[in-house]
Amino acid sequence: MFNYTFQWKQVYARLPEMLEGALVTMQIAVLSMVIGIVLAVMLTLFRLSGNRILGGVAQAWVEVARNTPALFQIYMAHFGVASFGIHFSPWTSLLIGITFNNAGYLAENFRGALKAIPDTQARSGRSLGMSELQAFRHIVLPQMLRIAFLPMSNQMVWAVLMTSLGVTVGMNTDLYGVTQDLNALTFRTFELFFVAGVIFYAIVKLIQLATRLIAWRMFRY
Amino acid sequence: MIEIENVRKSFGALEVLKGIDLTVQNGEVLTVIGGSGSGKSTLLTCINGLEPINAGTIRVDGTEVHAKSTDINKLRQKIGIVFQQWNAFPHLTVKENVMLAPRKVLKQSRAEAEAMAVRQLEHVGLGDKLDVYPTRLSGGQQQRMAIARALAMSPRYMLFDEVTSALDPQLVGEVLDTLRMLASEGMTMICVTHEMKFAREVSDRVAFFHQGVMAEIAPPDELFGSPRDPNLQQFLAATH
Repeated sequence: MFNYTFQWKQVYARLPEMLEGALVTMQIAVLSMVIGIVLAVMLTLFRLSGNRILGGVAQAWVEVARNTPALFQIYMAHFGVASFGIHFSPWTSLLIGITFNNAGYLAENFRGALKAIPDTQARSGRSLGMSELQAFRHIVLPQMLRIAFLPMSNQMVWAVLMTSLGVTVGMNTDLYGVTQDLNALTFRTFELFFVAGVIFYAIVKLIQLATRLIAWRMFRY
Repeated sequence: MIEIENVRKSFGALEVLKGIDLTVQNGEVLTVIGGSGSGKSTLLTCINGLEPINAGTIRVDGTEVHAKSTDINKLRQKIGIVFQQWNAFPHLTVKENVMLAPRKVLKQSRAEAEAMAVRQLEHVGLGDKLDVYPTRLSGGQQQRMAIARALAMSPRYMLFDEVTSALDPQLVGEVLDTLRMLASEGMTMICVTHEMKFAREVSDRVAFFHQGVMAEIAPPDELFGSPRDPNLQQFLAATH
């Protein structure tokens, strides 16, 4: 192993490309979280609706998202649906796969958060003349998102890390994909992936810092 | 006017209201007393349709509460209710707690709702707590906030369900004072309470519930002075 000569200069020259890849990674992670939260709220409403079909859809979604590998989910979103003639770009497939995973995990987090909110909260809203949906939207939902905030930030971290699975469906513009391509070009394997690891680490630390700032700014009660 | 006719209500096999007949006139203050499990709180949640009933009818201003065709959300705007547990919305400030329903249900503008909220909160003595979160308030203050929240909808009727039962003894007075004030302003009220002195002072009539039946109803002097129902006699002897 000591015959290996580190060549950091080559990697340094490629750093702008890698940082550009990091931006794509962040973009996919943020989008998958925003859409994932919306879908998870929808799944939560499905489960609360008492409708057996909607409840079944939500349950199946959560089960698959949580009990199969994220890699499987991304694969299905690309090669799986391609079998039926639906062709997504690697970017789209990766986004769909991670979003699907996020929504499933978040819906389960929301379910737990809901249990911590007494029924009397919604009941109070109803007694003021609010509809069921209004009571959920204005009284239950904000409290639910606050309780589930830390699990949500966890999922955000997972979303960033899951983007690395995109290489399996041909994704080559995100941080991991860019690194992989550069490796094929230069064979500076250790240096390249070491730097990619550092960037991933920095992104996650940034998310944790942002989480704290948001919590401090938003939750004053 | 609230008209209750032969109302029956069961939870499973347990019948908690066994045919209640009662009419509350506008401007009247009715207090309901009785032991736990006598059905008095259940009656309140039936009046604003939070609980379904098994038989009979409840009409508020002629509208049948439990009829399928009734827009219950609209009817509830007329009927304010305050519970034993005040259920402050923890994510909203005191002022926002009071503004929420007028904004979303009555579609008032922010300025309109805010003016109303400030007026109602000052009314119940919380004018200096507008922008704090409810967790910073004492139980009595939170309960007064809940009263202001209900009043902000400009209800025609107010239902109070043992609103002082969960409070520390030294905080009961401030909430009862608020109720007295509303009564003196002519609000139509039904108060389920264990505060006998309060019932005696503010009521036009007092109803005594026992095991799902309204055993006696009379003006306070008569009901407390010369109770006829043996269960009421026993109840009063035990609470005095």
